[in-house]
Amino acid sequence: MSANKRYGMSIDIDKCNGCGACMMACAVENNIPPAPEAANDRRGVTWIRVYKVDNHLAYPERRTAFVPVLCQQCGHDTPCVHVCPQQAVDVDPETGIVGQMPERCLGCRYCMVACPYHARYFNWWDPKWPAGMEKTLNPDVAPRMRGVVEKCNFCHGRWHAAQQKAAAAGQREIDAADYVPACVEACPTGALRFGDLSDSSTEVAQDAQRPESFRLLEKIGTEPKIHYRSRRDWVREIASAPRPEGKDGLRG
Amino acid sequence: MASVDKEFITRGLRRSSTGRFLLWILPWVALLVFGLYSAGLCLVKGLNQTNMDNRFAFGLWIFLDLTVIALGAGAFFTGFLLYILKIDELRSVINSAVVIGLVCYSGAVTVLAVDVGQPLRSWFTFWYPNVHSMLTEVTFCISCYLTVLLIEYLPIVLRNRKLHDVPSFLVFEHELHKLIYVLAGVGTFLSFFHQGSLGGLYGVLRGRPFAFREGLAVWPSTFFLFILSAAAVGPSFILLTTWLVEKLSRKRLVRPTVFRRLARISGLLLAVYVLAKAVDTLVWINRTSPGTGFQAWQYYSWKPFGTWILFAEIVVFGLLPALVMLTPRLRAHTGWLVTAAAMACCGVALNRFVMTVQTLALPTLSFDPYLSYYPSWQEVGTFLAVVAYGVLVYSFSFRYFNLFPEERELRLEAAAQEEEELALAGRY
Repeated sequence: MSANKRYGMSIDIDKCNGCGACMMACAVENNIPPAPEAANDRRGVTWIRVYKVDNHLAYPERRTAFVPVLCQQCGHDTPCVHVCPQQAVDVDPETGIVGQMPERCLGCRYCMVACPYHARYFNWWDPKWPAGMEKTLNPDVAPRMRGVVEKCNFCHGRWHAAQQKAAAAGQREIDAADYVPACVEACPTGALRFGDLSDSSTEVAQDAQRPESFRLLEKIGTEPKIHYRSRRDWVREIASAPRPEGKDGLRG
Repeated sequence: MASVDKEFITRGLRRSSTGRFLLWILPWVALLVFGLYSAGLCLVKGLNQTNMDNRFAFGLWIFLDLTVIALGAGAFFTGFLLYILKIDELRSVINSAVVIGLVCYSGAVTVLAVDVGQPLRSWFTFWYPNVHSMLTEVTFCISCYLTVLLIEYLPIVLRNRKLHDVPSFLVFEHELHKLIYVLAGVGTFLSFFHQGSLGGLYGVLRGRPFAFREGLAVWPSTFFLFILSAAAVGPSFILLTTWLVEKLSRKRLVRPTVFRRLARISGLLLAVYVLAKAVDTLVWINRTSPGTGFQAWQYYSWKPFGTWILFAEIVVFGLLPALVMLTPRLRAHTGWLVTAAAMACCGVALNRFVMTVQTLALPTLSFDPYLSYYPSWQEVGTFLAVVAYGVLVYSFSFRYFNLFPEERELRLEAAAQEEEELALAGRY
């Protein structure tokens, strides 16, 4: 049995240019259907969402940054896990990844209410692909049905593929290069990094230790495994609680 | 039009003619049909028929479900007071309380079945229960308590004049009645737990500092506050509905002392609740919320949810009705009594609204916008179906079953008094 891992991600906000390639790659990898006509940005499904934030100052002091937000893979008192009434959400002790079982999900959406990062999405419509496009579906990932919740699972299909490859080669450990989530692979600026946070030799673990590194809403104590970083002070403030308009708060 | 169904109406009770009764139920049936159509759309086409979204994952239905379940608490609490604490005066409203409880709980469960994305998987909660989830506790307790309510409703049905003629029903009803103390005890236990778990649903939300509360062992303070508030407004709702039925049917159904007793119990519990809620709010403002990085003033800076909502919840709809119901001079006036009871019920509704809607409207991330939500007509329609269903079940129960055991006695007393007055006036 291999030692337990703690997969996480580091995101360099100063490098993110908001191109959205991560969102596209994620959708293609994980069989996320195109949004129906009636959907809006509050009812669509996207496992990773790039928010645009600014420093709330007028031109010429106005500065902008992009913050990709995905499931933060909370490592302590995971809010969504302990609220699910039928164990459709769990934390894999082997990887530390918070998993979602759509086949068991009741669609009560209590986990969405519990998640402070709004990283969970409900299927308000039946998944539909334009004629012919269904041929592009990833055979390693099952599409989800209407009425269930889904979220980022660090490309679980890729983790399985890496495990199978290692097993075929007679190895117990997967090669880190074989398991890279689609968003990390697609990021053109290298803003996203992925790896085992419990292994201090990995880039992601070292990123997490940098002084400019921070996590979203750290004070609520959920120990997220997504580490953001920025050299700009005002960007690091996004980790804190919201402030209403007129209180020099940030604006999303 | 004479009553064609008079054989079914309890002996000694007067009910309106069949035609008049049909006229009364007709609009409610129309509302029920419209509501069922709305619910059908949600079930067939999916929850895209609602205005809920990924941020407002709970909406009108959960808010009203919580309110209805709190108001329905009168059933278990009256049972507890009557059968366990032996306050015999409440026997005159217990049947009505059971019907109200049944209507509230069955209605809420039905709406929940529409509210979930995969209603056919509801049994999964029993098969793969997550013992750490408050929702599991709610599901188990509500299902069990609904069964208890159905069993408690059976003797009321079986005492119907026509059904009473069937000997086996008579025996069955008699045997069921022997169980009533056990049922009241079980119902009380289950109700305490699920009312609490409904509060716990929000109190455990570490990721929503507006709702998150510290507490005792695994139970956040909202667990206890929900029990207390439901127990406080349950008798108020019984008082309110009884008064309403008296007005609509133009009959005296219970003695004024029963109203006053219900008000005293409600007022006392409401006062304790207001005190507990005030202490809880102070602890939350000064310790719990700042501990999570959120200053409590922030929540009330997002309009329209200013501090007025806190004031309205604790003082206007909590302290004021409690004081009215605890003051003998005010309690003696039905007008004050009914107003206070209605205010207490509004207070619990406001609390459930705050816990559901305000919790979800407030942003958690610094770059989150503050969001609003308006229910779609399908959501409103589905809930109206429950209201219509409730009115219909209650109307039929009132017509064909003996919901107020003192009604006949009161009618005879009133008739005797009238005769006496006429005699005194020298008209004979």
